[in-house]
Amino acid sequence: MTDSALADVAALGPKKPWWRRNQQKVTPWLFLAPGILFFLVYVIVPIFQSFQISFLDWDGLGQKEFIGLGNYVELMDDEAFYTSLKNNIIWLTLYLLAVPAGLFIALFLNQTVTGIRLYKSLFFFPFVISQVVVGLVFSWFYDPTFGLMNEFIGLFGLGPIAVLGDERFVTYGIIAAGLWPQTAYCMILYLTGLNAVDPEQIEAARLDGAKGIKMLWYVVLPQLRPATFIAFVVTIIGALRSFDLISIMTQGGPWGSSRVLSFYMYEKSLSEYGFRMGYGAAIAVILFLIMMVFITIFLVKMYRDEKG
Amino acid sequence: MSSIIKATLAALLTSAAFAGTASAELTGDLRIFLDTSNPAPRATMEGMIADFQALNPDLTIETTIIDREAYKTQIRNFLTADAPDVATWYAGNRMLPYVNAGLFDDVSDLWGDEMSADLASTKPSMTIEGKQYGVPYTYYQWGVYYRKDIFDKFGLSEPKTWEEELANCQVLLDNGIKCYTIGTKYLWTAGGWFDYLSLRTHGYEFHMDLTAGKISWEDDRVKEIFAHWRELIDMGAFVDNHTSYSWQEALPFMVKGEAASYLMGNFAVAQLREAGLTDDQLDFYQFPLITEGVPMAEDAPTDTFHIPSQAKNKENARAFLQYVASADVQTAINAGDKLGQLPVNKNSSVDDDKFLQEGFVVLSNSAGLAQFFDRDAPAEMAKAGMEGFQEFMVKPDNLDEILARLEKTRGQVYE
Repeated sequence: MTDSALADVAALGPKKPWWRRNQQKVTPWLFLAPGILFFLVYVIVPIFQSFQISFLDWDGLGQKEFIGLGNYVELMDDEAFYTSLKNNIIWLTLYLLAVPAGLFIALFLNQTVTGIRLYKSLFFFPFVISQVVVGLVFSWFYDPTFGLMNEFIGLFGLGPIAVLGDERFVTYGIIAAGLWPQTAYCMILYLTGLNAVDPEQIEAARLDGAKGIKMLWYVVLPQLRPATFIAFVVTIIGALRSFDLISIMTQGGPWGSSRVLSFYMYEKSLSEYGFRMGYGAAIAVILFLIMMVFITIFLVKMYRDEKG
Repeated sequence: MSSIIKATLAALLTSAAFAGTASAELTGDLRIFLDTSNPAPRATMEGMIADFQALNPDLTIETTIIDREAYKTQIRNFLTADAPDVATWYAGNRMLPYVNAGLFDDVSDLWGDEMSADLASTKPSMTIEGKQYGVPYTYYQWGVYYRKDIFDKFGLSEPKTWEEELANCQVLLDNGIKCYTIGTKYLWTAGGWFDYLSLRTHGYEFHMDLTAGKISWEDDRVKEIFAHWRELIDMGAFVDNHTSYSWQEALPFMVKGEAASYLMGNFAVAQLREAGLTDDQLDFYQFPLITEGVPMAEDAPTDTFHIPSQAKNKENARAFLQYVASADVQTAINAGDKLGQLPVNKNSSVDDDKFLQEGFVVLSNSAGLAQFFDRDAPAEMAKAGMEGFQEFMVKPDNLDEILARLEKTRGQVYE
């Protein structure tokens, strides 16, 4: 009732310009507009384009030919695809080690001793340097003839192991390299989280006789929940888009045994021996659907948390 | 009367003017894209273009040099979007996608009798369905580069046959030296071995048919090739852990004397010399004969110039291609201190470098020139093939699975 009365009054009074009347409603959209525009042009539209290209046989230059599900049928019968998928799963599982590892380093560094800032910086260092450098450093470290790792295990009469040249070890070798910066990332997330832990609760728990693991599990960890959530999100996404390390360290080799889906997609569509845009797009679609599963889980969880 | 004189004069003047443009300097623009990004090739090309500029002072030449690896992907964009007048690329199957897509101009008119005779050795690899799509400016030989001092130490001589090759290798292995260094991390080095074993076992025609998808990978003749390869693998002839190295990272084995030879392109010589090997220590032999009676064909990857279909100054571009194909220019740019490779024009003279001299003889007497596995086979087949070769070199027992996989790829690629 009041609403309509107000509306009537507004209609009766001197007419304000449209902008004045709608300022409050329009402003947020105006601020969002550039973001939405770029998100549409560079994220949403390409997703649909990828779906569309995945139904084509196209080398990026010549005629596009519609082949329906042909690319997907071929994909289902492609050994390299299953190798990539398997490696993606290994990446997902092992990469998550960065979360507990980051937590323990953060707990360890969360104390006041002289020079702690220096230690923190040292642990944080791998996250600052580029993935390309990390890849190179680890390639040299693993080098079977000159590498430090083989010098070291040589002391015990072992080796040499060509980590990056052996299909059994190569994926694990690259993941180990990836864990180095990723752990640092999780550590930073937890360090900020630990700053926000309520000292009164710790005090209270201590009075109640909680110590060590129990204190961690029942008192500290629940308060670190937001940090854990973010750490999981960035690590899972990091694992699924692992590309730079593989490209630097092995180029997917030896004989394609360290490929993951994102690298395989690049190889098929954009690398020197590729240019099968349709096939690459089909791989991209599959990768997108896998990511979608995780993204949905996160969105649902976030929505529930927001609701209370 | 006077009008007739005027007309005659005008006609004379115009014909003179025409003759002038036809014979003398070019005018207008010429945009050149190059992939010769390494220091020496870059300087060579810039020098050559400067000479062309000096001949045609009124021509505005704009040169863009793009990183060699980046060029391979960028070429697709600039050929369709913003085409230069002249672009470098490679001969053989590597230019096929661009020819099929109508992005390279047919330059058969340049390939008159004279040019066809001068550049005869590479004409087949510049020809697609009877038409030529570019001109070559350089190529180089492949073969076995070896440590002469090590061979001398054990009384070995350059092998001429497969048996001699194997015997040499056995001596080296008995003395704790690997026969061959190789780094297969980037796959293509293994392609070189396959090319030579294939060319020597069944010859040029067979190899070309195989890379063109006309022969099954599960054919018994293909298995013979791998059987020869396996002889070396079972002996332990190749350095260990070669899947971890690039071709450059495999060089130290040879420099340190842990491996005696390297099947490579001539570009390896510069690196070996830089690493401290003298010409007394380093020598070259042609890959030995395997099957009696098979004519010796070689790998000789050829670098080329093309005119994109969308070029704006095609006349200038044609003049430039003609210039590049000429004997003098090819002599100059391929000199030992320039590209250090072989001129394609048969009237060019070869630099006084011993490897170039030897390579020139080998290529001149060759029964056919292959471009290299990844240029002869279509990209997807090449990738799958070279991956298979790498796997075979580590796990020769997987051969049947590898060949089945390659056969499947063949079915998809050539359709």
